[in-house]
Amino acid sequence: MNLMSLTAAELGRKIKSGEISVREAAESSLAAIRAREGDVHSFVTVVDEEAVLARAGEVQKQISEGTLDSPLAGVPVAIKDNLCTRGLLTTCSSRILGNFRPAYTAEAVLNLEKAGAVIVGKANMDEFAMGSTTETSYFGVTKNPWNTECVPGGSSGGSCAAVAAEECSCALGSDTGGSIRQPSSFCGVTGLKPTYGTVSRYGLIAYGSSLDQIGPIAKDVTDCALILEAVASHDKKDSTSVKREDYRFSEALKDDVRGMKIGIPRDYFGKGLDSEVKEAVLKAAKILEEKGALVEEFDLSLVEYAIPAYYVIASAEASSNLARFDGVKYAYRSEDFAGLHQMYKRTRSEGFGAEVKRRIMLGSFVLSSGYYDAYYLKALRTKALIKQAFDKAFEAYDLILGPVAPTTAPKLGESLGDPIKMYLGDIYTISVNLAGLPGISVPCGLDKSGMPIGMQLIGDCFQEKKLLQAAYAYEQTRAYEHCPLAQKGVSES
Amino acid sequence: MAKNVISDETIEYVGILAKLDLSGAEKEQAKEDMANMLDYIDMLNELDTAGVEPMSHVFPVHNVFREDVVSNGDDRENMLANAPERKDGCYKVPKTVE
Repeated sequence: MNLMSLTAAELGRKIKSGEISVREAAESSLAAIRAREGDVHSFVTVVDEEAVLARAGEVQKQISEGTLDSPLAGVPVAIKDNLCTRGLLTTCSSRILGNFRPAYTAEAVLNLEKAGAVIVGKANMDEFAMGSTTETSYFGVTKNPWNTECVPGGSSGGSCAAVAAEECSCALGSDTGGSIRQPSSFCGVTGLKPTYGTVSRYGLIAYGSSLDQIGPIAKDVTDCALILEAVASHDKKDSTSVKREDYRFSEALKDDVRGMKIGIPRDYFGKGLDSEVKEAVLKAAKILEEKGALVEEFDLSLVEYAIPAYYVIASAEASSNLARFDGVKYAYRSEDFAGLHQMYKRTRSEGFGAEVKRRIMLGSFVLSSGYYDAYYLKALRTKALIKQAFDKAFEAYDLILGPVAPTTAPKLGESLGDPIKMYLGDIYTISVNLAGLPGISVPCGLDKSGMPIGMQLIGDCFQEKKLLQAAYAYEQTRAYEHCPLAQKGVSES
Repeated sequence: MAKNVISDETIEYVGILAKLDLSGAEKEQAKEDMANMLDYIDMLNELDTAGVEPMSHVFPVHNVFREDVVSNGDDRENMLANAPERKDGCYKVPKTVE
């Protein structure tokens, strides 16, 4: 049996019942990685077989002793490489952290491990999560398992590719402007960005701190709910962590959208949206309507202003957050310098890639004296207006439905040459981060060339349950589509 | 051609703020990239934001206080293990004072 073709919940049930051992699940994941990594390159680091099996043994023991009763116990997972893992290489896909072994583990990862997850590898990403294609990784590009000539999306491209290629059961990603939802859409998997503050950012190497959220990537909505339930927590170590009243997300997995009000922003279906994507997303809306949801169009407004506001805010925060990489505390230091200041500058210039430098420069500029009001504060005021537009929308609707991205996955090598064009691809995801909202990407079909299309559902702050319920109800109307590459090496394992 | 023009002085200054040592070619590219981005960002000027409070966080975030008590153990060795250079249990940096 191909264990990695199961959802995490299905695999977890088989492990719980004793039908499959944790070791068998781990071995199946490692075999799939051996068979498919040459094609997709989802991982920066694959954990040693010995260490994976030792951890599998520990989890098995806890299950047998009855001290571990989580639905995810024994499930092999991938962790995006910007989440710190104690003693295990954490590179952010950057040269500057190429040899960094954290002294502690991110809270979200610890929580997932407490639920019995077995980490099999650290997933590739755009360098410091800056990018939409996973092509800015210092350690080489990840390819889309559906067509290895295409990008997997980004920045959590490795996490999404690993799940789609069935190299692991599920994964953690992070989302600053669409970095979970867009690659999930491109790779035909389900990815959830929770409400800001729901998952602790402790141990997440920061990019845009006011926008970053960690979230699950999996084959279906049920897995996303279970993973979110495991990782979400109020954490004193993250001062923006929110104490929520209800963490029982899996209770929302009900096939019922009767009476739910869903708004479709007209502004999400205009110029630039691929006609096949549009058709698939509107078809999904139709299905929800047939299941009893009240679906109507409305004008959200301000949509096109989200991208410039985002790039000002995210770059400003990045320029500050990435100041810590100075050649003193972490891994890389230039070998060619005279004096302390040149050491800083050379280390950073050699250690960061082009996109990271571009954003640090922009961020430093918009925060500099004389430009702060005109750019940075203007962007924060725009953010306030965008939040107001969403607040108004959620007075009328339970959820907002639209595409995740304007197109399906582009070919490798086509995006980085024109940054602004690449940034425009984030138009439907980015405002969700500015407003702190939860959003989910759910597969809703394939285009003519066989590439996955994603539908996005957006909820009001703290309304993950509504989001999960609608996504789950929609998902009941279609079967999960396995990518052809996921068959590779199955007979051997 | 971008409407914003980034001068050599500006890119030098931003390089100092960003602690980046850009080559001549990188500087030219950075001038062009930044001018294009600023042209794009200038779109925000179409919006009337008079009287709108800048929103840094979506939820009202207040200072979170705690007692100044050490709660983590001594992890010096693991922290220092990542240092490019170390000496006597400290991070080693190039000479800073003549």
